[in-house]
Amino acid sequence: MNKILELRMIVPNMHLIKIEAPDISKKVKPGQFVIVRPDEEGERIPLSVADWDQESGTITIIFMEVGASTSRLASLKPNDYVATCVGPLGNATEIKYYGTVMCVAGCYGIGSIYPVAKALKGEGNKIITVFEARSSYLIYWLDRFVGLSEKIFTITRDGSSGYKGHVKRLPDIIHGLSQLPDIIIVNGCTYLMAQTSNITKDLNIPTIVNLNPIMIDGTGMCGVCRVTVAGKMKFACVDGPEFNGHEVDWKEFLARRKAYMEEETLFFRRSEPESKLHKEGKCQV
Amino acid sequence: MSEEKIEKTSKIDLDRTEMPKQPPEIRRHNFNEVALGYTEELAIKEAKRCLQCKKPRCKTGCPVEIDIPDFIACIVKGDFSAGIKKIKEKNCLPAVCGRVCPQETQCESKCILASKKGEIAIGRLERFLADWEAAQGKIDLPKKAKPTGKKVAVVGSGPAGITVAGDLILLGHEVTIFEALHRPGGVLTYGIPEFRLPKAIVAREVEYIKMLGVNVITDFVVGKTRSVDELLEEFDAVFIGTGAGLPWFMNIPGENLNGVYSANEYLTRMNLMQGYRFPASSTPVKKHTRVAVVGGGNVAMDAARTALRMGASEVRIIYRRSHAELPARLEESENAEEEGVIFNMLTLPIRYIGDENGWIKEIECIKMELGEPDASGRRRPIEIPNSNFIIPTDAVVCAIGNSPNPLVPSTTPGLDTTRHGTLVADPETGKTTRDRVWAGGDIVTGAATVILAMGAGRKAARSIHEYLMGK
Ligand SMILES: Cc1cc2nc3c(=O)[nH]c(=O)nc-3n(C[C@H](O)[C@H](O)[C@H](O)COP(=O)(O)OP(=O)(O)OC[C@H]3O[C@@H](n4cnc5c(N)ncnc54)[C@H](O)[C@@H]3O)c2cc1C
Ligand SMILES: Cc1cc2nc3c(=O)[nH]c(=O)nc-3n(C[C@H](O)[C@H](O)[C@H](O)COP(=O)(O)OP(=O)(O)OC[C@H]3O[C@@H](n4cnc5c(N)ncnc54)[C@H](O)[C@@H]3O)c2cc1C
Ligand code: SF4
Ligand code: SF4
Ligand code: FES
Repeated sequence: MNKILELRMIVPNMHLIKIEAPDISKKVKPGQFVIVRPDEEGERIPLSVADWDQESGTITIIFMEVGASTSRLASLKPNDYVATCVGPLGNATEIKYYGTVMCVAGCYGIGSIYPVAKALKGEGNKIITVFEARSSYLIYWLDRFVGLSEKIFTITRDGSSGYKGHVKRLPDIIHGLSQLPDIIIVNGCTYLMAQTSNITKDLNIPTIVNLNPIMIDGTGMCGVCRVTVAGKMKFACVDGPEFNGHEVDWKEFLARRKAYMEEETLFFRRSEPESKLHKEGKCQV
Repeated sequence: MSEEKIEKTSKIDLDRTEMPKQPPEIRRHNFNEVALGYTEELAIKEAKRCLQCKKPRCKTGCPVEIDIPDFIACIVKGDFSAGIKKIKEKNCLPAVCGRVCPQETQCESKCILASKKGEIAIGRLERFLADWEAAQGKIDLPKKAKPTGKKVAVVGSGPAGITVAGDLILLGHEVTIFEALHRPGGVLTYGIPEFRLPKAIVAREVEYIKMLGVNVITDFVVGKTRSVDELLEEFDAVFIGTGAGLPWFMNIPGENLNGVYSANEYLTRMNLMQGYRFPASSTPVKKHTRVAVVGGGNVAMDAARTALRMGASEVRIIYRRSHAELPARLEESENAEEEGVIFNMLTLPIRYIGDENGWIKEIECIKMELGEPDASGRRRPIEIPNSNFIIPTDAVVCAIGNSPNPLVPSTTPGLDTTRHGTLVADPETGKTTRDRVWAGGDIVTGAATVILAMGAGRKAARSIHEYLMGK
């Protein structure tokens, strides 16, 4: 049982939740996640830690409302409790000097990449930030990235800010730079991570993705989070969640992510007149 | 008593008292317990068959050496309260062991009447007493020793951890259990299904050690939330009972297709996450019509019988050796067979074949024959060339085994492991290669049994106590 200190929608469908978790706040590192169970009947869902404060013993998560559990989580109130908040899980991002690091983020990934960018900046890296969103009003925490980033680019599907289109515009940004980034880190929906990896493979830029498969325990016990990386079976919760994007079997990954699509939408058919599922097509988180 | 004497005594009753069960055609559609337990009359009838041997062999078959004839004598007298006390001197989880112990290879196999196929149903009697006590609704809390001021951390709340905690709290130490999942009990909670071990029983046992004063902290992953080294700063001793929870796969093509599960995933979805109540519970489960379970142990039987209860119309066990080598308890494979599980023996899956959406649709198998006995003493299965064939299926549950989770060993310097990934620990004391750290249960032995995990917990508790008091 962990107390919710803050819970609000920061942009449409995207929520910020601050949870009391002293043990986790002391241990968590950039790139790690927790498993949250909204209530006693709830399923266990993995969520990245976007910020934390050891002194007040809190962690902050940005989550997108996509299905039953995130919807239940969003319906809680400050001073309520979540039934489970366990972690920090997974391996941390390797924080060291790379040179120029490009951080590509969309959806909840804007939140989860923030501590990564901050720590990398701390190691003297030059940070270039790219936000990808449907429209400019879905971009949040811009102020946090301003101080960190050498340059900030945006790609919006409606063209309301920066480049018009989607992640396929990334090469335009990369080629506009004076030199190629030494490494690219991508956080966000599967489509964004897969597409970015495809693009950077041809450009030969090392690319790290933070995979988001279905999970249950998050400790290596159930094997539902398995992914094929460089031809080998890996458990994302203990071997990842970060992997070399060029080595991930994306076709398999996408198929596995959709395994429960039918059952998940049952929730909406039961409880809501119309589906709130992110309709953007490919961006099913 | 010798066998000769048995021959001469004509009065010996070799007729084991049957335990009532739900009929197969009914139970395969529900998650209620299959075996219904003895009534008082049936228990007394069975207890009366015991010869009260002077040198009871049965006792030597019980890893925790329960005074079997003594508790049976109490049942004969109708003094159930004394009987359960007798058991609890040695075993703190009788309701669990009476149900899931492999009695046929332990206590009961050693009973002198076993040679005449009339062994006493010791497990059923043990279960009877435990259930009787629970039904009384009042629990006698044993007296605790004076507080010693020493603190012990127990990592993992499976049978090993519960036993260590239960023993040490009575000896006056302060005990805290750290459990990674949101519900305590280990495999008893997330693995063994409701119809074989009702979760209310496990919850009762956990409640009991809490009443004794054990602090149970769930949602806490040792090695992540805090390391063993950090626990050692706060606690005088640490016991590691994290089990063998890492599922094996076979490394064959198609294993990552949708619809291919590890038994851990399948059973965890159903038990821990209450998937069998979906959509009332929110962890989704798939409705599968044809389910194939690969493996032949208790885990495989549990998965197969769960699949039946989830509404599958065709459930099969695929096992590479023959019936005789099935590692599952006889009772469980018989139950599965009665319920309609199909057994494809001497069969090995070599490839999973998917449809265009990445879902499993067929298994390519190969026929096996048995060769010479291997290191395990069982005859080694050998592939029969060109005997490949296809089994159509909607789901596969892989139940070929588990090894210890490397999380704790890999985050604890100085804790030696074997090449199987198990912790190195003294079999008599549970002492590991790290000072002030003990271990026991599946993390030391590899996947084994509830009673062995408890036995290891008991030995470790004794050693920890000696250490704490000698300090
Ligand atoms: C390591 C990791 C970090 C993540 N971090 C974040 C984060 O910071 N913010 C955020 O909004 N989301 C994050 N996710 C994704 C998040 O876990 C899912 O959005 C959430 O589980 C969906 O639950 P739901 O019941 O609301 O939706 P569902 O109704 O369950 O499903 C909606 C969609 O989510 C997918 N999904 C379902 N269950 C899971 C699951 N257990 N894990 C992952 N995906 C699932 C489905 O494939 C479907 O496309 C992360 C996932 C992982 C593995
Ligand atoms: C499906 C199934 C059926 C079985 N049937 C039988 C049977 O009929 N009879 C029988 O005798 N045996 C049976 N067994 C085997 C038996 O359940 C195990 O041998 C026994 O539970 C081992 O006990 P343990 O205490 O060592 O570990 P476990 O019961 O595995 O408990 C370990 C606990 O530690 C927790 N943990 C792990 N890592 C950490 C960490 N880092 N931090 C905190 N906590 C952690 C786990 O979540 C778990 O709760 C079966 C096993 C399975 C899987
Ligand atoms: S604990 Fe197990 S082995 Fe011992 S008497 Fe009971 S059923 Fe038999
Ligand atoms: S259970 Fe069997 S071996 Fe044990 S005392 Fe009774 S008859 Fe003898
Ligand atoms: S979530 Fe269960 S093994 Fe990764």
